[in-house]
Amino acid sequence: MIVDTVVFVVAALVILIGAVGVVFSRNPVHSALMLVMTLFGVAVLFVAEDAHFLAAVQVIVYAGAIVVLFLFVIMLLGVDTAENLATEPLGGQRPAAGVVAVASVGLLALLAVRAVEVSTGAQSVTAPLDGGQSNVAVLAEALFTDYVFAFEVTSVLLVIAVVGAVVMARRPRSQSSSDPTEPESDDDQPTTEPTDGLGVERHTETESELA
Amino acid sequence: MAVDQSWYLVLGALLFTIGAGGLLIRRNPLVMFMCVELMLNAVNLTFVTFSRILNDVAGQVVVFFVLVVAAAEVVVGLGIIVAILRRRPTATADDVSMLRG
Repeated sequence: MIVDTVVFVVAALVILIGAVGVVFSRNPVHSALMLVMTLFGVAVLFVAEDAHFLAAVQVIVYAGAIVVLFLFVIMLLGVDTAENLATEPLGGQRPAAGVVAVASVGLLALLAVRAVEVSTGAQSVTAPLDGGQSNVAVLAEALFTDYVFAFEVTSVLLVIAVVGAVVMARRPRSQSSSDPTEPESDDDQPTTEPTDGLGVERHTETESELA
Repeated sequence: MAVDQSWYLVLGALLFTIGAGGLLIRRNPLVMFMCVELMLNAVNLTFVTFSRILNDVAGQVVVFFVLVVAAAEVVVGLGIIVAILRRRPTATADDVSMLRG
């Protein structure tokens, strides 16, 4: 009992410190590292709640792939310069955000505590958690029988995401600087681009090639 | 003192509002994206907690799908951010205010 409490308190502290660090870090790289801290804290809480498979997937996918993607983008684009946190483009936005945050926390916490009291315990709508099998087996049984259609649709979604990312981020064919073959009819056509660290080709916008 | 289930939900609520507040305050698109990830994690934590309270595995299945969709969303969103920041490395969320770019 005491171990559970200590684990929860430590994990909660790690999560909250990481979250505050993400929001208030000036350097985006620091924000990404604080996000990793939060994700590990959440994984620990998943383990504490007997969701072992999700804890492993959380570490592998979230902390191991998504945050790495963030860091790749930050490093490749060289945008790790500190942001000026002092300027406020919209007047009064920061105090309004603070008020909204406090009100939301209060409201959500109230709802959460009330929800635990009124949980009717509609037990086992799909499958009981502790069906005597391991967490992975119970999860797999539900995923591949009741939710198999959604599972297949998510695989299609992943393919769409990969194709979309490749199309959006690919470098278009470099054109000779003296002969711009594309007409300047597209609105979002940049003229010159200084070196962006990855090449010295002048490039046009990809939309003009796709049109 | 045993850990009450509602503590997890309150922690999820706190994490969600920290992410939401960060999304409102920050202007760097990458950090805003990270705040969205914070909110998704809060929701995941809440789902798993309710799955345990109600003794139903459906909550964990939902978290599985949320993880998959979050990964796809990050891929596409970072593609967009790369496309924007490649042209204007100092762009903030306020600068991308017109569809013309």
